[in-house]
Amino acid sequence: MENRTNKWNEFKKSQLFWPLVALCIVLLFNIVFTKNFLSMEIKDGHLYGVIIDILNRAAPLMLLAIGMTLVIATKGIDISVGSVIAISGAIAASLIGGKLEYVDGIQKFVTLVPMPVAILAALTITTLIGAWNGILISKVGIQPIVATLILLVAGRGVAQLITQGQIITIYYKPFQYIGTGYLLGLPFALFIVAVIFLVTMYAVRKTALGLFIESVGINAVASRFSGIHVNKYIFLVYAFSGFCAGVAGLVICSNVSSADGNNAGLFIEMDAILAVALGGNSLDGGNFSLVGSIIGALIIQSITTTIYALGVPPQVTLVVKAIVVIIICLLQSNQFRTLVFGRRVQRGKSCEKTATELQIH
Amino acid sequence: MKKLPLNYKYINLIITIALFCGLFGVGSGLYTGFFSLQVLLNMLIDNAFLIITSIGMTFVLIIGGIDISIGSVISLVCMLSAYLLEMKHLSPFVVIPAMLLLGSFFGLAQGSLIHFFKMQPFIVTLAGLFLARGLCYLISIDTIMITDPLYQIAATYRIPFLFGTAISVSVIIALIVLLAALYLANFTKFGRTAYAIGGSEQSAMLMGLPVARTKILVYTLNGFCSALSGIVFSFYMLSGYGLHAVGLEMDAIASAVIGGTPLTGGVGFITGTVFGVLIQGVIQTLIMFQGTLSSWWTKIAVAFLLCLFIVLQRVIVAQKDSKKSIA
Repeated sequence: MENRTNKWNEFKKSQLFWPLVALCIVLLFNIVFTKNFLSMEIKDGHLYGVIIDILNRAAPLMLLAIGMTLVIATKGIDISVGSVIAISGAIAASLIGGKLEYVDGIQKFVTLVPMPVAILAALTITTLIGAWNGILISKVGIQPIVATLILLVAGRGVAQLITQGQIITIYYKPFQYIGTGYLLGLPFALFIVAVIFLVTMYAVRKTALGLFIESVGINAVASRFSGIHVNKYIFLVYAFSGFCAGVAGLVICSNVSSADGNNAGLFIEMDAILAVALGGNSLDGGNFSLVGSIIGALIIQSITTTIYALGVPPQVTLVVKAIVVIIICLLQSNQFRTLVFGRRVQRGKSCEKTATELQIH
Repeated sequence: MKKLPLNYKYINLIITIALFCGLFGVGSGLYTGFFSLQVLLNMLIDNAFLIITSIGMTFVLIIGGIDISIGSVISLVCMLSAYLLEMKHLSPFVVIPAMLLLGSFFGLAQGSLIHFFKMQPFIVTLAGLFLARGLCYLISIDTIMITDPLYQIAATYRIPFLFGTAISVSVIIALIVLLAALYLANFTKFGRTAYAIGGSEQSAMLMGLPVARTKILVYTLNGFCSALSGIVFSFYMLSGYGLHAVGLEMDAIASAVIGGTPLTGGVGFITGTVFGVLIQGVIQTLIMFQGTLSSWWTKIAVAFLLCLFIVLQRVIVAQKDSKKSIA
């Protein structure tokens, strides 16, 4: 029994506690107010239901959140992901193209280049774009927000340049599978998220990589003196963030079967940062939790879906998001907690305090 | 080695001004009709709102903060004033002060959250961005045209200037803001405290400077500037719409950075910011005169310049540091 209470207390103190509570509140709210929220049915061998829908729609955001978590863990920020999404979609769409040909009177869609080549090209270029951010930040020493601001401004211009300012529609069926297809009854996009999540999880938790990234975020100078190649890890996380944004771009582009340089992924960088913050990750770098960011992304998508399901005008989403951000940040702020709860309740801090007190006595 | 008589701080500013003159010169050489006072004034007319809001942003950057909510605040001001004027038939003499108060209050609230709860400026103003844009859509998702006579006059009236050229009311407002900002930044306690906070908040606090008051006032001032910019923008667009001024905050930050204000705080030039805006204006005008290039080249060109200036700032700082370490 004591063991169980201990575990519960440990869980209560863990980073994932509050994000999970928030997600549960949103879901409970849904179960009460949304009709058929929990119901799932199988149509043509595919699972259908509101929950599947939330998972499917959250896929691009989850991908971005994975990349963004690592970037934020190094005390950085990447505000260019929205533009990278637009570029990724634009490259894939213009390479695959939307040519419609008639062969023997039957409509047939042909690609300009084979689809794997197009996807590879899009991902390579977005990774290179991420690497460019990484070079600016690690080698030149520019602040992350300014360095990625350059791409935020240029990215949409480049995406429009690639698509010649038009919205390119993709008619090629296999490409649409990425965003709308089903595998084993589940949306295919979820498998992409799962693979990238598991690989990243393995890399950061089963190797020293995660530790190094955290150490860079907590104190870059001290990390350098202890022999960690700080610049290498900073470079890596930005390149990885670019890669994740590239994959997310393909999913979004395939989902709507078109590439829109102007509006694809607009404001999504804000959502990605929000997802990371909602997952209990500090924006000051250091400790991070990928699971937390995934939960954060799911919270955002659940809120959006709830608002649609309730029949409230979708415009309210932004206001709700703003209020959620403020509440979450207030809860994370020590000053606010001291003000409201009257004492310091921050984990770790109290231990430090007692430690110093002990030393004094 | 003979020392340069120039302070390194001004190098960026001088490069910015030289670049502006250079770009203007290139335009004048390439296209007939480019070299005229009116073309120059048109840049001011078209970018008056950006100048106003960039000046507010410069103050925020000087104290080492950031505000990404200004585009949304501008949009909200346009929308709300359009709504109040057209749907509620209020007088513009009520609406304009109300909007300025609203903007200042918005800035005050953000500044208070940032200062008292030690929240990150980026996140707080991100919430502000969502909130203002969301409120905008709550009012209406369609465009509301402004037909108020005073706004119509403000939009179309041209004040005669030298040699038969003309400027708009917005330019006058922008120039007044510029002069006030120059005075505020260079000749008041408030300005000096702002620079000190950007240099090191800890030191400013230890020196007994009013850090809390100045920090919150800077955000309030920025809120006021965005509201004023919103009013000027509604003179320019004569409508309220939820997608007005999307991404304007990045233009404002880019202008300040090109004008020699780094995002690290402590350094900043109001004049530089104005030239930063004008450089973007001259690029737009060049592309307009060229005729065949599409509008997205503006974004690419601005980003290229931004990159150039940031790297330059880094190089200058690095050189200064290495000199220090040798000495």
